[in-house]
Amino acid sequence: MLKIKCPICGNRDETEFSCGGEAHIARPLVDNKLTDKAFSEYLFMRDNPKGIFLERWCHTSGCRRWFNLARDTISHEIIEVYPIGQMPKTAKGKKSYQANWRRRSKAEAASKPAKRIVK
Amino acid sequence: MSPKQSHRLRANSGAINRQKSVQFTFDGKKYTGFEGDTLASALLAHGMHLVGRSFKYHRPRGIFGCGSEEPNALIRVIHPSNAEPNLRATQLEIYDGLVAESQNRFPSLKIDFLSVNSFFARFFPAGFYYKTFMWPASLWMFYEKFIRQAAGLGRVSKDHHDPDRYEHKYAHCDLLVAGGGASGLQAALVAANSGARVIIADEQSELGGWLLTDNNFNIDQKPAMDWASNVIKKLRSMPNVSCLVRTTVAASMDDNFILMAERVTEHLSIKEAHLPKQRLWKLRAAKVILATGAIERPLIFSGNDLPGIMLSSAARSYIFRYDVLAGTRAIIFTNNDDAYYTALAIHQAGGFVRCVVDLRDNPKSQIITTLRKLGIDVRTGHAVTAAHGTLHVASVDIAKYDTENGAPTLDAVHMDCNFLAMSGGLNPVVHLHSQRKGRLIWDDRTSCYRPENKSDEWVSIGSANGTFQLGRALSEATKVASSVITKLTSENKGIMLQETIAIPQTEENKQNWTPLPVWLVQSGQPYISDKTAFVDFQNDATAADIKLAVREGYHSVEHVKRYTTTGMATDQGKTSNINAIGILANTLNKSIAETGTTTFRPPYTPTSIGAIAGRNIGSLFAPVRTTRMHSWHKANGATFEHVGQWMRAWYYPREEEDFQQTINREVHATRHYAGLLDASTLGKIDVKGPDSAEFLNRVYTNNFATLPIGKSRYGLMLKEDGMVFDDGVTTRLSEDHFYMTTTSGGAAGVLAWLEELLQTEWQDLKVYLTSVTEQWSVASLSGPNAKSILKACMSEDKTVVDDFPFMTMKDTFIAGIPARIFRISFTGEMAFEINVPARYGLALWSYLMRVGKEFKLTAYGTEAMHVLRAEKGFIIVGQETDGTVTPYDLDMHWIVSKKKADFIGKRALERSSMNEPQRKQLVGLLTDDPNKIIPEGAHAVLDPDQKMPISMLGHVSSSYYSPNLKHSIAMALLKGGLNRKGQTVYIPMLDGQEPIKAKIVDPIFFDKQGDRLRG
Ligand SMILES: [Zn+2]
Repeated sequence: MLKIKCPICGNRDETEFSCGGEAHIARPLVDNKLTDKAFSEYLFMRDNPKGIFLERWCHTSGCRRWFNLARDTISHEIIEVYPIGQMPKTAKGKKSYQANWRRRSKAEAASKPAKRIVK
Repeated sequence: MSPKQSHRLRANSGAINRQKSVQFTFDGKKYTGFEGDTLASALLAHGMHLVGRSFKYHRPRGIFGCGSEEPNALIRVIHPSNAEPNLRATQLEIYDGLVAESQNRFPSLKIDFLSVNSFFARFFPAGFYYKTFMWPASLWMFYEKFIRQAAGLGRVSKDHHDPDRYEHKYAHCDLLVAGGGASGLQAALVAANSGARVIIADEQSELGGWLLTDNNFNIDQKPAMDWASNVIKKLRSMPNVSCLVRTTVAASMDDNFILMAERVTEHLSIKEAHLPKQRLWKLRAAKVILATGAIERPLIFSGNDLPGIMLSSAARSYIFRYDVLAGTRAIIFTNNDDAYYTALAIHQAGGFVRCVVDLRDNPKSQIITTLRKLGIDVRTGHAVTAAHGTLHVASVDIAKYDTENGAPTLDAVHMDCNFLAMSGGLNPVVHLHSQRKGRLIWDDRTSCYRPENKSDEWVSIGSANGTFQLGRALSEATKVASSVITKLTSENKGIMLQETIAIPQTEENKQNWTPLPVWLVQSGQPYISDKTAFVDFQNDATAADIKLAVREGYHSVEHVKRYTTTGMATDQGKTSNINAIGILANTLNKSIAETGTTTFRPPYTPTSIGAIAGRNIGSLFAPVRTTRMHSWHKANGATFEHVGQWMRAWYYPREEEDFQQTINREVHATRHYAGLLDASTLGKIDVKGPDSAEFLNRVYTNNFATLPIGKSRYGLMLKEDGMVFDDGVTTRLSEDHFYMTTTSGGAAGVLAWLEELLQTEWQDLKVYLTSVTEQWSVASLSGPNAKSILKACMSEDKTVVDDFPFMTMKDTFIAGIPARIFRISFTGEMAFEINVPARYGLALWSYLMRVGKEFKLTAYGTEAMHVLRAEKGFIIVGQETDGTVTPYDLDMHWIVSKKKADFIGKRALERSSMNEPQRKQLVGLLTDDPNKIIPEGAHAVLDPDQKMPISMLGHVSSSYYSPNLKHSIAMALLKGGLNRKGQTVYIPMLDGQEPIKAKIVDPIFFDKQGDRLRG
């Protein structure tokens, strides 16, 4: 059972938390029309890497706050815990963020206002 | 008069209390042992080896080991009110009044009818179960009865009731030392001196480990156990140390989360009421030192499973620790030096060592010379190629053996005996290391897998690390503990490493710890001898099974394990795994390192379900929620049903009324007069903040931004995939304040989902959510008389009832109680949902029932509620929906806003597949026979006579008898259902009865215009 450091409460047992899966999945803006296929990248496709994974967790049986963490799926080591809406700060976390296929997906591009999409 | 302890030695080791006799019963016969005996040692003291029959072949099996590694001696303990199967006799401490019996035998240990199995060994070759399942099913039918009778390990109590209490204990420590042998004690001492909080746990009844058995050498010029006793005394006196015995470290998990099973009262004849039977420790340790020792390997040869054959270390342990000489005419079979010490012990205890058979060609050690000088027959380069006997070993074949080619080189000599002790080398207990996915390294020098110490969180020392030599182990323990403490010091100011730490000194041990790995001793006819050369005693897996698996193409160690079931019994292959890997490697012509190992998984030894459950049983297993009106429901004879965690009044039967009659009465009363439902379980969420309207607009499919103050609106919530997630009525209390209701079962999930959106997706919205489900009691009053009843109940201005439009809310008083009354309806009748502060729930309910009496007000339960809403075609989320149903599938296009820019699920609903005409859609069903009620969950087909497999049209989601229509009604989700109205479908029945014929209709069966509802 993991020991997770809730940013509000500190170290707690994993059983107090629930895992919300992959972090940094941006919701496409309605103004940006997406094909069904591109939209499915947002709706259905989830990463499952062997190695560093950026996840969302919620301290369900505690303060009920959501936060992000970077976890090694092989060793289960938690590399860092960081707030929702922010980027990972460790080198490993940053690398994982950049390496994710989603960074180059149409769905993610569509999460930014249309005029800023580089054609 | 108990039988004599014929095999008890005169010598008194001091480990058992010879002054205190203990009476116990085994298989109906009374025996005497001593305090400190295990059941195994006490039985051996009577010369009894045979204690069980094997799992598959029902072969006679004897006591084989002396601890948790025991594969054979599994027994059943009978308590006054229940029985416990599969306890290891080698760990079970005897106490006055203990009643135990052998297992897996019929009718008795000595005569077992099922042991004919062994003559038909071909019935159970490797992969037997797989093959049986792969053959035509009819063959499995044939075999099943036979297998079921023969297989199975132990029996549980008939009534499945466990009267004992188990507890969980949560703890933290700086260091856990798993194992209380020499290394563990030294490591704990070093750590404890630094001020660290230390827990040292050992599965045995006392600390000391192997020193309790082998006390033949000195530590710091004192007998080893004297040194150990001193250390134990010191540790026990320190406030920062907990010494736990009878405590198995069962599991090591992420971040050093440790499970320990402590047997608290199992060894006591008087079990005090305040003590639990077992205590399950849930421990979080900063660091873990694994000093779990090593387990001896057996040697594999034909007949090696006969009673009277045991591990050399166990034989020695019974002599030194329990004063028991397990056999008087002994053969020692070994591939290393250690078993010579057992030979010496037997000799010194007065036993006759017939012969020491050593696989090694020309071993040179002091101990061998010593034995020869004593006149003991030592034959090197020899092997025991077979053991013979029926219920006990009676003789062995000994032959000169070529270990290179794996065959005897000369004819065997026959030698009689009544005991055989064997040693095939040592396996470090790496289970806890392996559970953490720690790697194992094959060590050619000691012929064993030892842990790769790479983690910062845990480390192995001593025998568990392959360091078998005592002096080296003590030095390793000292160094490792110091470095662990140094690491802790940097994290914790209270811990300070003491500067001078003495390493306990031992005299140089000349013992040679290098065994000659011979994984399988074969006779001249291996095809025959391999079949009785047992590798896994508990699962009856033989060398022949492993070879067969390889011939059939299984080469991976994980596959061979599962195919032969080697290492898959309750002992998890503690004595068999490495031998199995050795035989596999030889058969594949690979090295052991190339062959690899299987994974050890928790728990280390079987842990009782009772301990895992702890106090979370019965009513404490899952909390039950009741409403404030619960006592009224109970007093009025309600039958309850579970809705999520809630207990809801299901129906209120009167005398001599059956289920259907009750429902009919409740439904009829509500439609014709008035009904009252306890709706307190509805989820209620208080939504507040300047962006509340905008937020609700985004989470509901319909428009909430425009909802006027004081008005209510029914809303449908989707998940981002466009599927219906929840529904309910939400009311605007003020500009920035809403009162949301959800389904009873979905309340927690809805709150969590909305919180998630606010915290992650829309952090910019200023909205605050509070669950108020338990703050409000709700009585739902409906029916033609509802208005009159409400009016009669109003304490102040009764005119508010006159001007009370549909879908509005009033803040008022009823019977002097502040109330929020909503004019909303789930029955299709004129209805009011009266919300009062929770504590007034019962008062409100009783008052309404009292005042309502003259208006024929009837309390109705959830079943009548279901019928009433189904008559109106109202859906229930979770019944008509299952996470794959869109609003369009429910024919609720009207609720999906076309104007809103966005809401959760909008884009997903626009996917081309969502408009697929063959999606399952909600329709009503009317049976041809008005009295036939279709079972819920049944499937509908267009043609019941079509060939199998029949193509399904969809399933029935709700089905009731409607007393108002005097007709059975149902709702169903059918493929393309919206365009099928008027068609006939058939619902085939499981019980072989005629399919039910029904017509597809609109799901609104009653008052289609909704005139009654608006009043
Ligand atoms: Zn928290």
